[in-house]
Amino acid sequence: MATMTLIQAITDALASEMRLNDDIVVLGEDVGRNGGVFRATDGLQTEFGEDRVMDTPLCESGIIGAAVGMALYGLRPVPEIQFLDFIYPAFDQIVSEVAKMRYRSGGQYTTPMVIRTPYGGGIKGGHYHSQSTEVYFTHTAGLKVVIPSTPYDAKGLLLSCLRQDDPVLFLEPKAIYRKAKGEVPEEDYTVPLGEAAVRREGSDITLVCWGAMLPVCMEAAKRADDDGISCEVIDLRTLVPLDETTLLESVKKTGRMIVVHEAQRTSGFGGELIAIVAEKALEYLEAPVKRVTGFDTPFPYTLEDVYMPDPDRVLRAILETSRYVS
Amino acid sequence: MSEALGIEREQGLHLWRQMLRVRRMEEASAELYTKSKIRGFLHLYIGQEAGGVGVLEQLEPGDAVVATYREHGHALLRGISARSIMAEMFGKQAGCSRGRGGSMHLFDAAARFYGGNAIVGGHLPLAVGLGLADRLQGRKQITCCFFGEGAVAEGEFHESLNLARLWRLPVLFVCENNLYAMGTALARSEAQVDLCRKAASYDLHAQAVDGMDVLAVAAAARACVDRVRSGEPVFLEVKTYRFRPHSMFDPELYRDREEVERWKERDPLVTFPERLEQAGLLEPGDRERLEAEVASEVADAVAFAEAAEFEPVSDLCRFVYAEGAPE
Repeated sequence: MATMTLIQAITDALASEMRLNDDIVVLGEDVGRNGGVFRATDGLQTEFGEDRVMDTPLCESGIIGAAVGMALYGLRPVPEIQFLDFIYPAFDQIVSEVAKMRYRSGGQYTTPMVIRTPYGGGIKGGHYHSQSTEVYFTHTAGLKVVIPSTPYDAKGLLLSCLRQDDPVLFLEPKAIYRKAKGEVPEEDYTVPLGEAAVRREGSDITLVCWGAMLPVCMEAAKRADDDGISCEVIDLRTLVPLDETTLLESVKKTGRMIVVHEAQRTSGFGGELIAIVAEKALEYLEAPVKRVTGFDTPFPYTLEDVYMPDPDRVLRAILETSRYVS
Repeated sequence: MSEALGIEREQGLHLWRQMLRVRRMEEASAELYTKSKIRGFLHLYIGQEAGGVGVLEQLEPGDAVVATYREHGHALLRGISARSIMAEMFGKQAGCSRGRGGSMHLFDAAARFYGGNAIVGGHLPLAVGLGLADRLQGRKQITCCFFGEGAVAEGEFHESLNLARLWRLPVLFVCENNLYAMGTALARSEAQVDLCRKAASYDLHAQAVDGMDVLAVAAAARACVDRVRSGEPVFLEVKTYRFRPHSMFDPELYRDREEVERWKERDPLVTFPERLEQAGLLEPGDRERLEAEVASEVADAVAFAEAAEFEPVSDLCRFVYAEGAPE
């Protein structure tokens, strides 16, 4: 086993699967000669050539649209969009073509592809290099939305995505691209889609998170221990398909729930999770659910640290939730 | 063989028959729409038949076709049965998209027919990807992508032509210019109305052809298809006109009757048989026989669609994800 960063694990997954499957073609802006804006595709063009690691012009709609045609006719495209914030010119392709091809063709055509894109704040990227707009895509039936938070999962989830037949939006938390380090097997393995990870067991409060919010929640949970509050931390790993079972079992056990996400609060995925708990486990709740989220503003530049949930804010929510008595 | 037309009797009858099949199927669709058998939106190809016939006659069986929401004719001409198309327009399960698509979303994997695309311009990048897949996998097939002149205003037109030329992809871009993007005339939406100039700016071969003349379209398309097969994208503008409104909800405030009547004088279903007649390629009874054959095909398709079943409610959630995938 090698110790890798999250981004190294992604590169490793791409390279190892490209060696096994000739149909995989990586394409995007600067993915080839330059190895990607964050260097996720570093070395791939040297190993696999320009026909399998294709540099494209700056045309997100053309990139994703071309990937649709490629996927329709025998290839497994892995388009990279440099930042999730840049994906909107391709929004129509993703929600109208990629997501609906199977459905509207009555199952005749499929568009298996993995759209990789870095997302989220934490690098002082300002308005258009920082956002977490995963819900635009979780709101679109036909897409899967996968978000790794550890190097082990990054490789295992990406390999799973490359070996199944539905289109996936693979969101990479760029804030922890290099901060997240861990053991990654060199041999083949997969992490199944639709299974959340219980990162820390606890009995008093359930913290639900994904992506770069995992280390934030882990730190807050550690500090809560000092106050005698035992937090369970659930890393969803895939928002679609969602592992409702793990979520509900945890909430039924703890009776208290806090969702932590970077995205702005209104219509964030936290609202969906809370609705599921309200539908299926309301009678188990011992306190109102809480959300620790970004604010309902565009993503700020100077005040980024205020906008992003941090361990202090999560800890405050933990204390308030734990003290609640009905 | 007619020296004047450069075709044999059988070729002439075939082209006429193909145009007639589209025309009569479309007329039947319009009628069925008024009876609420076909619901939603319906965009008819009436008047434009020479374009589709002239181009599609040049393709080989393995070639791909990507079309717009005005695609019933293209689907029929690509060998998808009138039964399966009509059933799809009825929304019946026996339709070519299992009744899920309706008029605007005809799909058929066996025919390599990739829609039926209702987002203007959205399917052009898809054609680029099909061409790229052919090139990367060493297949000698081509992709033929139809779109209207309205799509030229969309960014995807420009992205697609650029990518196709940059990567030297075997894609034939066929712009069926019927002068109106729904209700907006070309000159009211484009600073440059010469579409070939626009296309040629991406350094690819671009040419225009009279879309009311099936023989002219066929000749131009044959030359274009040959170029595409040699491994380069080509842009073909088919100058045509639709005789019917944009869809069934269009009051046609943007054009006057005289203009429509003027174009109808060039109706390929009138002028082409006349040319065949003048060239001495017709025999007594040809028209009656063709009309009877086509009428029978359409009537059979309608009866088939009527008798077919709607998709069961239990299928609502099928084909969102791969079968067996977690919901």
